[in-house]
Amino acid sequence: MVCNFNRKPLESPGMSLQKPKLLPPVLFALLAPCLIAAAHANPYETTLKNGLRIIVKEDHRAPTAVQMVWYRVGSIDEVDGTSGVAHVLEHMMFKGTPKVGPGEFNRLVAAAGGRDNAFTSRDYTAYFQQVPKEKLPEMMALEADRMRHLTVDAKEFEQEIKVVMEERRMRTDDNPQSKLFEQMNAVAYQAHPYRRPIIGWMNDLETMTAADARAWYDQWYVPNNAYVVIAGDVDHQAVFALAERFYGPLEGRPLPARKPQAEPAQEGLRQLTVKAPAELPVLLMGYKAPVLRDSAKDSDPYALEMLGAVLDGHSAARFGKKLVREDKVAVSAGVEYDATSRGPGMFYLHASPSEGKTVADVEAALRAEIARIQKDGVNEVELKRARAQLVASQIYKLDSVFAQAMEIGQTESANLSYKDIDRMLQKLQAVTAAQVQAVARKYFNDDSLTVGILEPQPLDGKPRRPAVATRH
Amino acid sequence: MKRLYLALCAAATLLAAQLAVAGVRIEHWLSPSGARVYYVASRALPILDVQVDFAAGSVFDPAGKSGTAALTRGLLDLGAGDLDENAIADKLADIGATFGGGADTDRASLALRTLSAADKRVPALEILRTVLTAPRFAPAAFEREKARTIAGLKDALTRPDTIAGRAFWQGLYANHPYGRQSTPETVAAVSRDDLAAFYSRYYNARNAAVTIVGDVSREDAEKIAESLVSGLPAGQPASLPAAPALPKESRQVIVHPAAQAHIYLGLPAVERGNPDFFPLLVGNYTLGGGGFVSRLMKEVRDKRGYAYSVYSYFAPLRQAGPFQIGLQTKRSQARDALAVSRSVLETFLKEGPTADELTAAKANLTGSFPLRLDSNKKILDNVANIGFNGLPLDYLDRYQANIQAVTAEDVKRVFAKYVQPAHLVTVLVAAD
Repeated sequence: MVCNFNRKPLESPGMSLQKPKLLPPVLFALLAPCLIAAAHANPYETTLKNGLRIIVKEDHRAPTAVQMVWYRVGSIDEVDGTSGVAHVLEHMMFKGTPKVGPGEFNRLVAAAGGRDNAFTSRDYTAYFQQVPKEKLPEMMALEADRMRHLTVDAKEFEQEIKVVMEERRMRTDDNPQSKLFEQMNAVAYQAHPYRRPIIGWMNDLETMTAADARAWYDQWYVPNNAYVVIAGDVDHQAVFALAERFYGPLEGRPLPARKPQAEPAQEGLRQLTVKAPAELPVLLMGYKAPVLRDSAKDSDPYALEMLGAVLDGHSAARFGKKLVREDKVAVSAGVEYDATSRGPGMFYLHASPSEGKTVADVEAALRAEIARIQKDGVNEVELKRARAQLVASQIYKLDSVFAQAMEIGQTESANLSYKDIDRMLQKLQAVTAAQVQAVARKYFNDDSLTVGILEPQPLDGKPRRPAVATRH
Repeated sequence: MKRLYLALCAAATLLAAQLAVAGVRIEHWLSPSGARVYYVASRALPILDVQVDFAAGSVFDPAGKSGTAALTRGLLDLGAGDLDENAIADKLADIGATFGGGADTDRASLALRTLSAADKRVPALEILRTVLTAPRFAPAAFEREKARTIAGLKDALTRPDTIAGRAFWQGLYANHPYGRQSTPETVAAVSRDDLAAFYSRYYNARNAAVTIVGDVSREDAEKIAESLVSGLPAGQPASLPAAPALPKESRQVIVHPAAQAHIYLGLPAVERGNPDFFPLLVGNYTLGGGGFVSRLMKEVRDKRGYAYSVYSYFAPLRQAGPFQIGLQTKRSQARDALAVSRSVLETFLKEGPTADELTAAKANLTGSFPLRLDSNKKILDNVANIGFNGLPLDYLDRYQANIQAVTAEDVKRVFAKYVQPAHLVTVLVAAD
């Protein structure tokens, strides 16, 4: 029952002395030569007659399993006036069916020694349970039940919508960096649904009804709009049989047409300011950028990923080394870019100025780093380093069954196939210095740029840091 | 089915190896230099994790210089031996290794994750050894990190959750170092010499626990542990301050413009290794620890829609760590939400858990045990906790039995002992 702000580009500046950063969030492969034989068969997949896909990743290291049910519906599918309904429905999914009463879902998972939660993103809504492996069938029965039989009770809704408003206050209204990100998207996108926050605008939450949530459920929660990822100490054949038994009887239904609502080309610099109680100013620069649509033919998104690694792949990558350590213009500086999403992409740069420096100073510094790559490119040592981190991160990911299931689910949610993950990794490894330079030249221009600034306000009405007020 | 399946594929794939069916086999020894070493072989993946913990947390900050422990730990890998800070970061990145860890209340940690192949592992461990034994505390890096710490702190001090958390700890531990908080002033007062002195006092072999989990043999683990700490002086274990006293009941209200009030209540409760921890843990599951099924969750969130997050927990430290109830709610209903939480707590103190609640708590806490150990990372966290806090080596093996043995009377007894309303500290920030 959390909102998934995976794509939130900011982190608390200043406090962490180092920032271990995994390279691309979604790429995954079994690289060790001795594992390649297993890689071809594992994960295993089947599709039920009702259109529900079941993907099983066997990993027998520990006697546990995770089930994740992914629905291809997120805030991207919402319309004006009911923003946040995807996430509200996620909350309502724990409020009962004719067979399983309100709150019983959580109770049954807990009784099974399990942990469960859910997350809503722009592109998908997903539910998971981590359990001792013997309890997997029970979890599958529970998820199958609420896939088609949810009760959206008006009384339950009345309480739960208050919880969601509290969640919005906590995550966004009282969090200056979240607010900046929310406003940033509202300005950067004018037509595309990514302009709306996942959690929803407060007024839409205030006026939302149980009927809105019910309509959302009826429209999107069908087996042919979902896939199930199960990972852990399981036998795929046994899982397929269980899936047939529990999910098989559910009926599919045609889905409404999804309109692309494509964002028109941006034709000039956009700027916004958010004032909120804080001490550190934040600068957030977002450049419109492509994402992977065809993992075989596309090349720019891979080059942008590697550009991100060269700028911010480890603590002595270019931003950390130059802006934080050498020039001390920023207390923190970083990059966020996700090459996989259903909607349009954005390459974010962000930074907070050091004491005595201004937002204008850090903006100039970030721009100078981009200009340096546009002019001189990147060197082979930097690329080699990024590749080494990439290879290692794929091995480290094998330590977490949950992370493996997440990766499969997220890749699929972006309309890519988990089967292409190996190829995506190879393409990433093959990116050249010339390609990195080319994307730096192609995508970093002011006509597609949105600049957001968090302008700190004193808590007590008294300015406490004059440098802030005069910084631009 | 499991056994048959294993037999079929054990020869074919490394992944079929078993990790944690019957708990974790911890091997323990003292290194020749006097460091405690804890080792768990986990050969299924080509990964090695090494964590070195020192009793060098903020509890040992010199008076008036809060922030010393965090800065000391932070500076370790920003220049050591022949390597400047960029060289350390670049070399680690070149082999795909990462450093983690940090300083908390009791402990300062440095954790390395590397691929286990010799061409990665050996250079990674050499960097770790250098960072542990020969940090430079370079003046330029020190001044910069100090400035960054102060900037981050000033920003954090505008946040209602930070303000509430600090007031809570100060209220609980008014006369104990656990209650001291770093401020821009105390950090500014820290000098490079303070770091060097702190390092030489606390970063020594007899104040260290080394935890090794992953793809190395026992023989290699012994060599690794000794090579990491042999460059450190033998030194002395840190000595703890006098135990914290219980505070008087208090309520602090702090003005803040946030949309939501942050509410904390609690008191100093229990230290690591105290056998009463198990009945406290089991009882707290029902009160506010059991995620979506606790009484606090039902009353505050489900029935009234007051909060997204409401919880209670015991956080044992080497000395009595806090019992805490926390929630955030719209500022206009803060006092109602606090009253509901108080009432849930008081009812629980009076009545304890029902038979059904006790059964449910035990079922979850014992049933979820495999989930606590299903990755090398989780094993590392658990074993490092055992090592640092001197818990028995069979702590994990006995965990489920210790949970099962708890009775409703035990829960009532320990809650009456450790959660006395006459000592509860309450903090409200941004409440109307």
